[in-house]
Amino acid sequence: MIFPSCKEVSHLVSQGLDRELGLGERLRLRAHLAICNGCRNFKRQMEFLRRAISKLESGNF
Amino acid sequence: MEDFRSRVEAERPYLLRYAGRQLRDRHAAEDAVQEALLAALAGEAAFAGRSNLRTWLTGILKHKIIDAIRRASREAPASDPDASDPDSALFDESGHWVEPPSAWPDPDASLEQSQFFAALERCLERLPAKTAQAFLMREHLGFETGDICKELGVTPTHCWVLLYRARAALRECLQTNWFQK
Repeated sequence: MIFPSCKEVSHLVSQGLDRELGLGERLRLRAHLAICNGCRNFKRQMEFLRRAISKLESGNF
Repeated sequence: MEDFRSRVEAERPYLLRYAGRQLRDRHAAEDAVQEALLAALAGEAAFAGRSNLRTWLTGILKHKIIDAIRRASREAPASDPDASDPDSALFDESGHWVEPPSAWPDPDASLEQSQFFAALERCLERLPAKTAQAFLMREHLGFETGDICKELGVTPTHCWVLLYRARAALRECLQTNWFQK
């Protein structure tokens, strides 16, 4: 699909934290994020979550 | 030697919390920590010259946690019957957000607040066991997803889904219990 849905994009954002996305996946992701505020926020929040979990692990808070 | 022993012992509460998050069983967590501390005391020489005791101890503990996870999944391959699919609540039939995520104001300021981490731990505790385990194997133990699937005995696709569900549920939980306050 050329225009991925928010649902597909949210899965790709999560998988992007665990594996290298393919070129096609990256292009579709970028095209969607450029026009979708909700998915941009979701992506930022996923990245924030990773930082938060990493700080939780350190116990320094 | 005495000094080393008491410094190691002082890290026990931190290590217990760490193991408890991952194993979700107080006894299993205590056993893993005990094994790690014994190994640490026996291997004091290996610590010599390293700067951070907590990091070193956590590294030892991770191996004990992985052993415990392997034992547990051999004995009782767990399943999460309560792991419902979040997508049906998050997205409509065409795959659009029912409620698009709104921006969190200055989230990094939360990383300076200990109450935030208490809220995050409560959110982690609410995750179904296997979902939480897969997520922390990835984020804390640094497993690649292929290895998570193998250890937990699930298919690769299910593994991606577990990680996604964990993240989506934590996002929802923090949205409701922290960022909306």
